[in-house]
Amino acid sequence: MADYDVIIIGSGPGGYVAAIRAAQLGFKTAIVEREHLAGICSNWGCIPTKALLRSAEILHYGQHAKDYGLKLEGTFTADLAAVVARSRGIAARMNNGVQFLMKKNKVDVIWGEAKLTKPGTIAVAPTKKPAMQPQVPPPKGAKGEGTYTADHIIVATGARPRALPGIEPDGKLIWTYFESMVPAKMPKSLLVMGSGAIGIEFASFYRTMGVEVTVVEVMPQVVPVEDAEIGAFARKAFEKQGMKILTGAKVTKVEKGADSITAHIEDEKGGKQTITADRMISAVGVVGNIENLGLEALGVKTDRGCIVIDDYCRTNVKGVYAIGDVAGPPMLAHKAEHEAVICVEAIKGLHPHAMDKLMIPGCTYCHPQIASVGLTEAKAKAAGYELKVGRFPFVANGKAVALGEDSGLVKTIFDAKTGKLLGAHMVGAEVTELIQGFVVAMNLETTEEELMHSIFPHPTISETMKESVLDAYGKVLNA
Amino acid sequence: MPTNILMPALSPTMEKGNLAKWLKKEGDTIKSGDIIAEIETDKATMEVEAVDEGILAKILVPDGTADVAVNEIIGVIAAEGEDVKAAAAPAKAEAPKAEAAPKAAAPTPAAEAPKASEAPKAAAAPTASTSGERPFASPLAKRLAKEAGLDLGKIQGSGPHGRIVEKDIEAAKAGGAAKAAPAAAPAAAPKPAAAPLAAGMSDEAVKKLFAPDSYEEVPHDGMRKTIARRLLESKQTIPHFYLTIDCELDALLKLRAELNAAAPEKDGKPAYKLSVNDMVIKALALALRAVPEANVSWTENTMLKHKHADVGVAVSIPGGLITPVINDACHKTLSQISNEMKDLAARAKNRKLKPEEYQGGTTAVSNLGMFGVKDFAAIVNPPHATILAVGAGEQRAVVKGGQLAVATVMSVTLSTDHRAVDGALGAELMQAFKGYIEKPMAMLV
Repeated sequence: MADYDVIIIGSGPGGYVAAIRAAQLGFKTAIVEREHLAGICSNWGCIPTKALLRSAEILHYGQHAKDYGLKLEGTFTADLAAVVARSRGIAARMNNGVQFLMKKNKVDVIWGEAKLTKPGTIAVAPTKKPAMQPQVPPPKGAKGEGTYTADHIIVATGARPRALPGIEPDGKLIWTYFESMVPAKMPKSLLVMGSGAIGIEFASFYRTMGVEVTVVEVMPQVVPVEDAEIGAFARKAFEKQGMKILTGAKVTKVEKGADSITAHIEDEKGGKQTITADRMISAVGVVGNIENLGLEALGVKTDRGCIVIDDYCRTNVKGVYAIGDVAGPPMLAHKAEHEAVICVEAIKGLHPHAMDKLMIPGCTYCHPQIASVGLTEAKAKAAGYELKVGRFPFVANGKAVALGEDSGLVKTIFDAKTGKLLGAHMVGAEVTELIQGFVVAMNLETTEEELMHSIFPHPTISETMKESVLDAYGKVLNA
Repeated sequence: MPTNILMPALSPTMEKGNLAKWLKKEGDTIKSGDIIAEIETDKATMEVEAVDEGILAKILVPDGTADVAVNEIIGVIAAEGEDVKAAAAPAKAEAPKAEAAPKAAAPTPAAEAPKASEAPKAAAAPTASTSGERPFASPLAKRLAKEAGLDLGKIQGSGPHGRIVEKDIEAAKAGGAAKAAPAAAPAAAPKPAAAPLAAGMSDEAVKKLFAPDSYEEVPHDGMRKTIARRLLESKQTIPHFYLTIDCELDALLKLRAELNAAAPEKDGKPAYKLSVNDMVIKALALALRAVPEANVSWTENTMLKHKHADVGVAVSIPGGLITPVINDACHKTLSQISNEMKDLAARAKNRKLKPEEYQGGTTAVSNLGMFGVKDFAAIVNPPHATILAVGAGEQRAVVKGGQLAVATVMSVTLSTDHRAVDGALGAELMQAFKGYIEKPMAMLV
């Protein structure tokens, strides 16, 4: 008999949720972690960056106190070390939280690097990867190296920053998100390569903290996965804040100085320029951690750096599953969590519903925030839909104006034939907290009719959502 | 020594049949009792069971060959250790004949499944009806169904708690199922006039509604296919109508008790033990004799007026059902019917019936009373024009002469092919039947 029913490799938002769900369903469960419980999300991603951004946001409000009729006497400045310490403290709390959840659910924690040696068996060796500091120590009572067996093994090893050849991050002049999160001192100028969620959030943070920021994006728009109109709206807002943005532009070469870099940049038309900055952040996406897991020997199928899975997170090898970033895009914590539940419930035979990737929302916490779900207008058109598109600006929303956050836009896209909500796209204050309304609507397959029939509370920013729907059908009231 | 497999005769009158399908390949090992092939006639599909053991050395008549004469050599079995190649030539004519025994495959299934749970279900378990009840469907699904003219009540939902969602409507559209009133449904594609009936959902469309691991797939055997084909055909082509009547059983039960008590001993056992069903068979046969216009079969050009009342009786057997026939039941005594029925039922369960024992018949009886079923309607089993569905005999309150009384009452429902038997005629038959049941002495003379 195997040591465990389920072993999960990796304790990020996918892995630890899988462990909890497995334990809830009565499986004898263990989780293997080599570095930090709760994964990148809590330690070096979603959560500590939100802490940094919150500090930046409050700094911003302080700097704009007089807009609200407030007078700030004396200086109002950032204490960088304290800002970073706060962010690390919050990461540590999340880490401890997961430690508690493992204990509460009687999930064994195995500390080290796991490798599948044969179906149903892993060998755990001491961690070779040097950990990014500061680091929360491993939990007490964690098991160590050895061989462990389980009927079901879930690979949840996540992803790491992608490095472009010749522009590899060195941790000193060229940063990944790791170094970007714990700056010892503020650079005066910063070049951010890549304007996806990670790149643009750091660009926003550093810009608000007073750094001269240039963003270089190879695609024709910033936040390239978002709807073009939302991207254009956000770009204007960023530029108004003093951010420099180059789109359709590529960093071809980086020369390193003593305390600066010089990036050679080429645009689509062949125009060349160089930009010198103190530091550079490489944010050109992430790649799955599929190496040194013994996947090749077992014949687990991978594709473009990710493990190939079916609707229920099963790989082509019986008893081996994959969830989260390592199982392919979109590489988002909430996608990993949802896959974790699907995967474990399917193992239990509970017939979970497969995930519809179109229903996965995306949130970016730059200022202004961006949130979306479903198809962009361009993708909906490409899919052959005849569209009804509605828009509503924050400037026409009382609550947004009262908050001093009148820069924003909600855009909704409907299938003209059926009234199916195909996509919703938002930019502006707190939209990351609002998008779930459209997510629920899409999951319930509401049409424009139910959305128009629903009463949205006044005064809230959420009213912009309903107005956008009304606008799609020519019934907008406040614009 | 190689043995020949001969084309079996499914009935004494059969001269040729179609070799539908080989279920074994050349080179396969065959054990006695293995099903090796399926044979079809216009009436039935039957499985051919191997009698000998060995290796299927040669198939001489391939799959799908029509009009194969009875006793033609269709294949050769080599005995163990025998050279398969050498054996592949048909054995000499002296070789033992008829090495293949036909195995009953429900060529004439009765109209309903033996258990309520196996009763043919509607295309999909309705999640909501069209009767104005709020259908459990997403708003988008409701709108799409309306546009496509689909009846939500006929669509199985795959969403949480069986909620009908968009993809279920897409699947229903693809599968062509669940069309609502024809007027509401613009024909997607012109269909040939000869095939106006909706095909069911495609296999894929059905499977898509369930998680891949949530079911086991069991291939249909010959009996299941025959039941499905014949009952679908019956329900789609025969205009059914139904007549229900209550019969008081007390006199019949009393007579039955007296007759059984008076049964002479034979080999230490009573010579007969009559069941209510045996008496129902006899009563129906006598009723058909009394109302001969109802003892008929419909053909497109003529009406066949039968001279005997032959009563098929639905017998539930593992994996399906079969209807052995009590021929000329009105001229048989109750004890004859009873003993014949016991023998037929026992052999039906072992699939040992001869084709002539379950083919034909001019009417049928299906009794689910032993399961406590009060009343049900059976599907006519052509070429019959009627089938009698028998419910449980139970004590009920009845009114007699203005007074409430207790009587043992059995509800029976006659399903009728309206082309052959009209309403009043069917009612007359039921009246005659009720007469025999309530005055059972008449059955003895």
